[in-house]
Amino acid sequence: MSRRIRTWVLLLGGLGVAVLLFAASLDLPEFGGDRHPYGARAVEAALARHTANVVAAVNFDQRAFDTLGEESILFCAALGTVVLLRQTRDEHRVRPEPARVDPPVRRYALVALPVTLLIGLYVVAHGQLSPGGGFQGGVVVATALHLLYIAVDYRALERIRPVGLYATADAAGEAAYLLLGAAGLVAGTAYLANFLPYGTFGTLASGGVVPLLNASVGVEVASGVVVLLASFLDQAVEIEDATEHTASGPARHPTLPPPSEEKPT
Amino acid sequence: MRPMNDVLIVLALALVAAAATAAVLARDPVRQSTVLALLGLALALLFAILQAPDVALSQLAVGSVLTPLMLLLSVRKVRRKGRADGRADDREQETGSAGEGERR
Repeated sequence: MSRRIRTWVLLLGGLGVAVLLFAASLDLPEFGGDRHPYGARAVEAALARHTANVVAAVNFDQRAFDTLGEESILFCAALGTVVLLRQTRDEHRVRPEPARVDPPVRRYALVALPVTLLIGLYVVAHGQLSPGGGFQGGVVVATALHLLYIAVDYRALERIRPVGLYATADAAGEAAYLLLGAAGLVAGTAYLANFLPYGTFGTLASGGVVPLLNASVGVEVASGVVVLLASFLDQAVEIEDATEHTASGPARHPTLPPPSEEKPT
Repeated sequence: MRPMNDVLIVLALALVAAAATAAVLARDPVRQSTVLALLGLALALLFAILQAPDVALSQLAVGSVLTPLMLLLSVRKVRRKGRADGRADDREQETGSAGEGERR
């Protein structure tokens, strides 16, 4: 296929998609209206199941199976990253030097760390009540830990971040979601269907199985993001590939000076 | 109330469009990651104005923190590799942006 034909095919396809999208948009409900056919039904179902945050009710009750898929995407992404960015045989680790941190930066990061961590845990715990949930809070918790890297240095971060432990927690969070779904089967309902009492509306324990699924997603996302960032950080800070130059061109670099270590900005 | 709301939505949309265009136009990956963080912030603002705080929170955490951070780390790894290579004899292969990275 020549370049000209390819361009025409692309233009034709693009035009077709544009026409279809425009035709579909004519049938949409009006923008920003007070009532929405799907929204009204979702709110009704959420209130019937004592879940104050309708989005959490959609994510972990009405569409819990979709969330299983989303959670698994992150799990697989973390797994793939760990495999791809592992330390290979021709690479070696260089212990990062302790770095000097400006006192104002250190003070700010050390104050921000516990506050951010607390906010993240709060967002996870109150997923069924207020905006947020396991996914949002999990990412906040994971990134909060990395403030220690900004405040002190990479060694300090490594001390509070045993990657093996977080990888196990990642798998445990994923497994907990699957098993909670299966528990529905055991209890005689359906996979991922609610089997617990709904509780009092507006309390932490309300929503039946929603807080539990939310918590398992929180554990999975927080640990998954920590593992993901650990793979990237290890590659960026610690892992050196000494023989990489011989693969790209033999005998081109007879003497390679040791690469200097520095802390990334 | 409605016109006020519409103005806010249009402003947020314009901000998103501007930030997205800037992110495409930024050639240096380090600068681009900063612009990406701003784009994440603008999108979070848009979602908040559209009354979707859950999505806004995700966007804030992932779009303006996680993605730029991973981008920065990848750039650092690639440049370190390039520097180790470039130090010997193939400096001519280094592009302009990689040269900037050496001074970081």
